[in-house]
Amino acid sequence: MNGVPLLSIMIWLPALGALAVLALPRENVAAQRSVSLGAALLALAAAIGVAFRFDPARAGFQLVESVAWVPSWGISYTVSVDGISLWLVLLTAFLTPVALAASWGTVERQERAFHALVLFLASGLFGVFTAQDMLLFYVFFEFTLVPTALLIGIWGGAERRYAAIKFFAYTFSGSVFLLLGIIGLYLLHGQATGVYTFDTAAILASLQLGALRLDAGAERLIFGLFFIGFAVKAPIWPFHTWMTTAHAEAPSSGVVDVIGLLIKIGAYGLIRFNVQLFPATAAWAAPAVGVLAVIGILYAAWIAYQQTDMKRLLAYASVSHLGLIVLGIFALNAQGIAGAVAHMVNSALTTGALFLVVGMIAARRGSRELKSFGGLWKATPWLGSLTLLLALGSIGLPGLNGFISEFAVLQGSWRSPGLGWRYALPAILGVVLAAVYLLHMYRTAFMGETPPELAQAPDVRPRELALLVVLAAPVVVFGLYPNLLFGPMQQSVTQIAHGTLPFLASR
Amino acid sequence: MTEITIPPIDWRVAAQLSIIFGWASVLLVIALFVPRSRTRIVGYLAIAGAIVAAAAGVPLWGVNAETFSGMLRLDAYGLTLNWLFLAAAAITIVLSLDYLPRQGIERSEYYVLVLFATGGMMLLAQGADLIILFLGLELLSIVLYVLTGFAYPRNASEEAGMKYLLIGAFAGGFVVFGIALLYGATGSMNLRAIGETLARQALTLEERTYLLAGAALVVVGFGYKVAMAPFHMWAPDVYEGAPTPIAGLLSVGSKAAGFAALLRFLVEALAGEWRIWAPVLAALAIVTLAVGNIGALTQRNVKRMLAYSSVGHAGYILFGVIAAGATGGVAGQRGVESVLLYLIAYTFTNLGAFGVLIALEHRGEAAWDMSDLAGLWNRRPWLAVAMAVCMLSLAGIPPTAGFWGKLYVFTAAWLAGMGWITVIGVIIAAIAAFYYLRIVAQMFMAEPAREAPLPMDRALQVGLALATLGVLVLGFIPTPAIDLVQRVVLGVRG
Repeated sequence: MNGVPLLSIMIWLPALGALAVLALPRENVAAQRSVSLGAALLALAAAIGVAFRFDPARAGFQLVESVAWVPSWGISYTVSVDGISLWLVLLTAFLTPVALAASWGTVERQERAFHALVLFLASGLFGVFTAQDMLLFYVFFEFTLVPTALLIGIWGGAERRYAAIKFFAYTFSGSVFLLLGIIGLYLLHGQATGVYTFDTAAILASLQLGALRLDAGAERLIFGLFFIGFAVKAPIWPFHTWMTTAHAEAPSSGVVDVIGLLIKIGAYGLIRFNVQLFPATAAWAAPAVGVLAVIGILYAAWIAYQQTDMKRLLAYASVSHLGLIVLGIFALNAQGIAGAVAHMVNSALTTGALFLVVGMIAARRGSRELKSFGGLWKATPWLGSLTLLLALGSIGLPGLNGFISEFAVLQGSWRSPGLGWRYALPAILGVVLAAVYLLHMYRTAFMGETPPELAQAPDVRPRELALLVVLAAPVVVFGLYPNLLFGPMQQSVTQIAHGTLPFLASR
Repeated sequence: MTEITIPPIDWRVAAQLSIIFGWASVLLVIALFVPRSRTRIVGYLAIAGAIVAAAAGVPLWGVNAETFSGMLRLDAYGLTLNWLFLAAAAITIVLSLDYLPRQGIERSEYYVLVLFATGGMMLLAQGADLIILFLGLELLSIVLYVLTGFAYPRNASEEAGMKYLLIGAFAGGFVVFGIALLYGATGSMNLRAIGETLARQALTLEERTYLLAGAALVVVGFGYKVAMAPFHMWAPDVYEGAPTPIAGLLSVGSKAAGFAALLRFLVEALAGEWRIWAPVLAALAIVTLAVGNIGALTQRNVKRMLAYSSVGHAGYILFGVIAAGATGGVAGQRGVESVLLYLIAYTFTNLGAFGVLIALEHRGEAAWDMSDLAGLWNRRPWLAVAMAVCMLSLAGIPPTAGFWGKLYVFTAAWLAGMGWITVIGVIIAAIAAFYYLRIVAQMFMAEPAREAPLPMDRALQVGLALATLGVLVLGFIPTPAIDLVQRVVLGVRG
C-alpha cells in the first residue's frame, strides 16, 4: 500500500467542494456547476481507485485508515471498506455526479446552496459506508439527515416543510435508539474486557473470541436498539410513511430521491451491526423480521398499484424493494445477504433512473398525475425505449440487473432454515406485483393516445440522454455479467453468513 | 485575653475572585467619569478584566489548595468552571454592546453588574463551605434581579425582575434553613467535614433525619437557581422579560453556577447518602425533562421556548449529577466530567441562540415570535446558519458540541446503573429535536414574513461568531475539552 489515504480523500472531497461552491459568487451558476460536478467526479475517481486497491480475495476490513479522535474514550477516525461497503461506496460515488448533472436547469433558486448540500450529503454517505468506528458511523449517520431534510424542505413540493420535518423527526427518533445501543455495547464491552473502544472490528473480535459474552437478554436489548434505528431509517414496514411523504415532496427533478433517499443506509446498518455482531439474536429474530419484510413487500406493492402520482408510485415501489432487501438480509445465508446487497445497488440504479425519468416527463407536462399522460412513446421515442429498459430492469427481467439480485434473495430466503418457503412464496408474489404496477405506469404514460399537450413534447435532450445512458449501462452490464457485482463481495458475505451458521443450524 | 491570630491567606486561591471583584469596584468609579454616550468603553474594560482574570488562572492549573479556614477552595473543578463563567460573561458583554443602545438602556453600571454576577458564580464554584455557597448564591441573585429589570422602558422587564426577586428570596430562605438543619445535624458547615461525619456513620437517627431534611432544602434552593422542575415556574416569564443578553446569561451562567454548587455539595458532603438522593433526583430529572420539553413544544414565542428548553437541559445535566454521586467504579468520575462538559457545550450553544435573537430585535420591538424567524435564510443567511447550528447542538445532533454533552451524560448515567433514565432521556431527546427542528424549518423553508433586520454591529457579529464557532469546534474536535474535564477530580475521590 502506498501512503495515499484514498478513502479519506474520497470522503472529504465532496465536502471541500461544497465549501468551494459556497465561496463562489451567487450569480456565476456555470462555475458553481462545474466546481460541484468536478468535486463529485474526483470523488468518483477516488472511489474507483479504492475499488482497484481492494483485494476481493480477502474478507474483513481493508484499506484501513485510522487516526485517534477522542483517545480517552476510545473513539477514533477509522475508515475502511469490505466487500459490502465497497459496493455502496461505488454506488454513492456513481450517483452523486449523476444527481448533480440531473439538477441543472431544474433548481429555480439558490442553486449554489443546492449543489453544496448535495455534496455535503455525499460526504456523509461515504462516511457512513466506510466508518469502522461505531461512534464515527453514528456521526456520519446523523450528518446525512440535515442536508437531506434541507434539500426536501427548501426545494420540495407544496407540502415540503411537513415532509422535511416528518423525515427528520422519524429518522432522528430512530437514531437516538441507535445511539443508546452504541453506548450500551461500548460500555458492556469496556466492562467485560477493560478496553473501552468504539471500534467495530475490535468489538466483533471480542464477541467472536468470547472475550465479551452477552447474556441473551442484554444481547436482545442491544440488538433491538440497533434494529429500531435501522428499521426506521431503512425503512421497514410499518415505519415507512416518512419515506413515501419524502419522495412525494422531494424536488420533482428526482435528484434528492436518487442520492438522498434511495441509498440504503438502514439496510447496510442491519448487515453491518445487527447481523454481523449479533448472529445468535439475528437468527432468533429472523422469522419476526421476515414477517415485517413480507408484509412490506406485498403492502407497498399493492399501494403502489393504486397510486396516480408517479413519484408516489415509485416511492412505494422502493419500499417494496426494501422489503425484499431485508428479507434477503435475514435469510442469514450467503445467497440472501449477497442478493440483498446486490439489490440495494440495483434498486437504487433502476428506481433512481425512473425517478429522473418522471422528473423529465413531469417537466414536459407540468404534472406528475399518471392520468394526464399518454402516448409519450410517439412523441419521445428515445425516452420511451430507455424507460422501458429501466422498467424491465426494475421488474426483474432475466438478462437485466434486477433479475439476479431478486433471484438470489428469493433463493436465499427459501433455503434459509429461519425463513423457508412460507416467506419466499409471498415474496415471489410481490415480485409479480412489481411487474403489474410498473407496466401499468408505463402503459398509461407511454402507450395509447397522445393528449394534445404532449404531442409537441421534445424528445430527450443530449444531457438527459447522457444521464439515462449512464444509468442504463450498469443495468445491462450487471444483468449480463452478474459476477462483476457478486464477485468482490463474496468473501465478506461468506464470512458474515459463516457467523450465523451455527445459530441457524440449531433451529 | 488571647490574641486573635489571623490565619495566613493563600492568595492563589482567591486570585481570580480578587481580580474580578477588585476590577468591578474600580470600574464602578471609572464609570462615573465616562459620558453616557460612550458607555461602550466600560464594556470593553469589563471584557478586559474578564480576560485578565481568565489568564490569571492559567498558572494556577494544578493547584489544589484551601484558604480562609477551608472556606474557599481552588481545584481543577473550580478553575474550569471559573473559565467557563468568565467566557460566558465576556460573550454576554460583547452581545450587549450593541443591544443596550438599541434598546435605549445604555448605562455603564450594566457591565459592572455583569462582572459582579460573574464573581458570585465563581464563589459558587469555589465555595467549600455552606456559608460561602450561600454568599455566592445571594450575590449572584441580587445582581441578577437588578439586571433582569434593567430594560426599564418595558414593563415586562420590571415585572420579571420583581418576579425573580420574590421567587429568589424564597429559594434563599430554603437554603438558609437547610444550612441550619445541616449544621444542627453534623456540627459543621464545611462540605468535606460533613462528608467525613457521614462516612463515620456516627449519626443518630434523629440527626440523620435533620441532615436529610436540610439537604433536601438546600437542593430545593439550588433547584430554583438551575430551573429544575418543579421549581422552574419563574423561568419563562423572567427570560421573556429580561434584556435578551441577560436571559442568555441566566440560562447558562446562573444555571451552571447553581449546578457547580449543587454538584460539589452532593458529592463532597452527601456522597454517603447517594442511595437516598439518587432516586429522588432521578425522578426530578425525568419530571424536569418532561416539563421542559413539553412546555417548549407548545411555545410559539422563541424566547419562552428557549426558557423551557433550558429547563429541559437541566434535566440532562441532572443525569450527570446523579452519576457523579455514585461511589465505586468509574461512574462517579464520569458523572463529574459529564456535568462539566455538558455545561461547556450548553453555554456556547445557548449564548449563540440568544445572540441570534438579539440580532433580530429592533428598538423597543420584540422579535421573538416564530414568524419573525421565517425565511431568515433568504434575508440573512449567516444568521440563519448560526441559529441552525445552535438548534442542532441543543437537539444533540453531531457534529456539534451538544452531541458530546448528551453522549457523556448518557454514558455516565448508564455506568451509574441508571440505564432506565437514559432510555427515558433518549426518548425525550427525540421529542425535543422536533421543536428545535421546527425553528430550522421556519428559517430555511418558510417565506419571509417581515423586512430584513437591522444590519448587525461588529461587536454582535464577533459575539455570535465566537459562540457558533465554539459549538462547531467543540463538535469536531472535542478532545481538548474532554481532556480538560477529565483532569477534574472532585473532593472525596481526590
